[in-house]
Amino acid sequence: MNNHTILEMRSITKEFPGVKALSDVSLEVQAGEIHAICGENGAGKSTLMKVLSGLYPHGDYTGEIIFQGEEVRFKDIRSSEAAGIVIIHQELALIPELSIAENIFLGNEPTRFGVINWDYVNNTTLELLARVGLSEDPITKIKDIGVGKQQLVEIAKALNKSVKLLILDEPTAALNESDSQHLLDLMAGLRSKGISCIMISHKLNEIEQIADSITIIRDGKSIETLHVKNDGVDEDRIIRGMVGRSLESRFPDHTPSIGETFFEVRNWTVGHPTVSDRLVCKNSSFHVRRGEIVGFAGLMGAGRTELARSVFGRSYGTFKSGQILIDGKEVTLRSVPQAIDAGLAYVTEDRKSLGLNLLDDIKTTTVSADLKKITRGLVVDRDEEFRVAEEYRQTLRTKTPSVNEGVAKLSGGNQQKVVLAKWMFTDPDLLILDEPTRGIDVGAKYEIYGIIQKLAEQGKGVIVISSELPELLGLSDRIYTIFEGAITGELTRDDANQESLMKLMTASRKSA
Amino acid sequence: MNSLKQIFGGNTRQFGMIFALVALVVFFQWRTGGKTLTSGNMMNLFNGNSYILILAIGMVLVIIAGHIDLSVGSIAAFVGIVVAIAMRDWGIPWYMGVVLGLLLGAVIGVWQGFWVAYVGIPAFIVTLAGMLIFRGANQAVGDSNTVPVPEGFQYLGAGYLPEVGPNTGYNNLTLLIGFALVAFVVYSEFKSRRKLEKINADLPPMWVPIVKLVLLSAVILYATYLFATGRPGTSFPIPGIILGILVIIYAFISNKTIAGRHVYAVGGNRHAAELSGVQSKRVNFMVMMNMSILAALAGMIFVGRSTASGPFDGTGWELDAIAAVFIGGAAVTGGVGTVVGSIIGGLVMAVLNNGLQLLGIGADLTQIIKGLVLLVAVAFDVYNKIQGKPSIIGLLTRNFGGGGGAKKPVTPAPQSAPTEQAVGTKEVISHDV
Repeated sequence: MNNHTILEMRSITKEFPGVKALSDVSLEVQAGEIHAICGENGAGKSTLMKVLSGLYPHGDYTGEIIFQGEEVRFKDIRSSEAAGIVIIHQELALIPELSIAENIFLGNEPTRFGVINWDYVNNTTLELLARVGLSEDPITKIKDIGVGKQQLVEIAKALNKSVKLLILDEPTAALNESDSQHLLDLMAGLRSKGISCIMISHKLNEIEQIADSITIIRDGKSIETLHVKNDGVDEDRIIRGMVGRSLESRFPDHTPSIGETFFEVRNWTVGHPTVSDRLVCKNSSFHVRRGEIVGFAGLMGAGRTELARSVFGRSYGTFKSGQILIDGKEVTLRSVPQAIDAGLAYVTEDRKSLGLNLLDDIKTTTVSADLKKITRGLVVDRDEEFRVAEEYRQTLRTKTPSVNEGVAKLSGGNQQKVVLAKWMFTDPDLLILDEPTRGIDVGAKYEIYGIIQKLAEQGKGVIVISSELPELLGLSDRIYTIFEGAITGELTRDDANQESLMKLMTASRKSA
Repeated sequence: MNSLKQIFGGNTRQFGMIFALVALVVFFQWRTGGKTLTSGNMMNLFNGNSYILILAIGMVLVIIAGHIDLSVGSIAAFVGIVVAIAMRDWGIPWYMGVVLGLLLGAVIGVWQGFWVAYVGIPAFIVTLAGMLIFRGANQAVGDSNTVPVPEGFQYLGAGYLPEVGPNTGYNNLTLLIGFALVAFVVYSEFKSRRKLEKINADLPPMWVPIVKLVLLSAVILYATYLFATGRPGTSFPIPGIILGILVIIYAFISNKTIAGRHVYAVGGNRHAAELSGVQSKRVNFMVMMNMSILAALAGMIFVGRSTASGPFDGTGWELDAIAAVFIGGAAVTGGVGTVVGSIIGGLVMAVLNNGLQLLGIGADLTQIIKGLVLLVAVAFDVYNKIQGKPSIIGLLTRNFGGGGGAKKPVTPAPQSAPTEQAVGTKEVISHDV
């Protein structure tokens, strides 16, 4: 391998209003290597790649990017692609109704007298597909091939742009074992042809297997770069780097008073909403006690949300089998209203598209999950609505001039308080909070933690789903881990630490 | 300005539409040399447009929920012919004809609602199909002939209130309605003011409600005078009364009931609504079914007015109703709109139509002008959304010492606007997003 640097990113700093997403991050990639970037969700990996690919144009960040010995200033994705940097996103950017060949040449169609030269397109596609080890007819539509093959088409598309540095964001997240292996082999093949790869992945075993060097990013800072061969890197070493932050006192004081088990789910199995053979929850069992905060740890896409939403009135997926017991009695919750009546509440991870009607104001949102409570006869009592909303505004300290304000104007933290108020108003016994602090600044997080703890102190059961391990460790009395739709472990507060959780969440072979 | 806003809600566009309406009436009154504001013309206006306005009531709910209904004209025509034939051939009395028509509307609504809500076919497609199906059904059932309806049925579309009580020279029932309306407006204003006092909100100065009440009462009393002094035997027309009752009922449902909230919730964010326990399928079903029932009613009123049901009844009605709704401030993407706003939007179109006719302007030019009005009204809104600025009307009201558009209601308490304040806020947010 020729040992020179192809890419150097120097002290990259990127700020969003109120948040420093990247601060002084440096990254050096050698020519012809596979360079992995590791970090927890939200550490800044994707932001860094968006800076590199020009999605955040020059001027949006500070620091410099040196590519093939020259400083580059990309103003959009097109200019980075012209330089030979191609990014393949986690959500594939292929058009399902077009053919493989059409997708590969999309936006880049070769023309002769203004007419697309289809012979050239199809022949070149055949060559490209051969290079990625895919034997498909170029005129096959994208929707007719599987996700694994689609991933390969993306790579073929990149090759067609004479790529020098390929960035893959979670390339194997949606792939099964054999497709993943095929992809990793292909990456190794590209490496031998001198194409460098940057790979973002949560699957540490894959990184250990294929990467030459690893840069670890934590809290928007580059922590260290490990050389796999020289440094004797293994999964434990990576995990230590990823979670190495000390737990500051980011949590309000809280003395749990835990009662008896009142909510139990047994052998819960759920299929994917459209592909019902694919299981998103596999035989999962768990329980919650009164006054207990139960954490659910798992990487994105592990099936945490799917589990929560399928329990919440089957609002996700196709129900296969399983039981829900409340106070020892089996209940069937077929719809969201039934789940709400049974005392469940679910706060979604996706506040904007699933949690809020952004056209609404604070007061209408606050009462929207339990309108009956403020309805007298036929009439929704607006005085009562105002009073209720005002009461929650004060107890949760929502920062807003008035409850007549629209929720769209609020900051993330205050929106979350409104959503919490909406569910607290239904007076649930069990609250399921899915990523309750996503996109919320540190100060507001502390307040949200306080609200969660208060709810538990009132004797309610609380399930917290979170990608942030420190948050789970700080809040939870007990933590379940989920990997690929199955519950892989249950740890008490005393047994749980970031290493033990990360092992169970990534189903690391060493923990088995 | 504020008082007007408090009467009609904080929605900037709606507010603008009231101005436009008043301006149009004044303009045509001037240009036609006083022919606009006469008893006869006003009755004509209501008789000739009430069925469109009734459709607009149903249509605004459909559009708030995020759908559209193109089939209303055909449904109206189909129901009209069936009822006309049933009365002629089976000899059923006119009131049973009305019941039959409403039932038939409900059945058609079940059909359309089923496809939209439970099969999940876009309402555009379902109702486009319905438009063809029921137009064809109208012509099949009626053999493309015109079928007259009995006199009792004509009362529905062209009737007037009877003369009762002492001879005052006015139509007494019309006077009664006018006075009752004024009393109600005064009562509700003071009731909401008392409520504000109770929760210690900042009250607007006393002159605001008084000016508001004086203005509003003057308008109502003048209208009452016009309608009560028509040629003998006339009054506020029956279709107008049906329309008024429907407006009250549907404004109430959409503003004050759980069902109404659910329609807005589904239109605003269907997924969020579902996760809050709203059964969106049922909401969509009900909204589509309701539209068909109102279309049936509109069809019967029209048949009553034109004394017969024909094969081309109701052509183009859907577009008039949809235009009224969008002029009245609804959003194509759903979640925004009001019943009262749509009625105002419909009245703007009606006055425009009527005024141009009185001026002797041809149907060709009238259509062009109406089309431009629709385009400009919506373009105005889109432009403001892009600019993030309040509309010209908003700026005007600010200069008048108002609160600066709907963004800052002068009275902070929620009950100050009896009807559409919440929706007004929605509109502003959608500007900002």
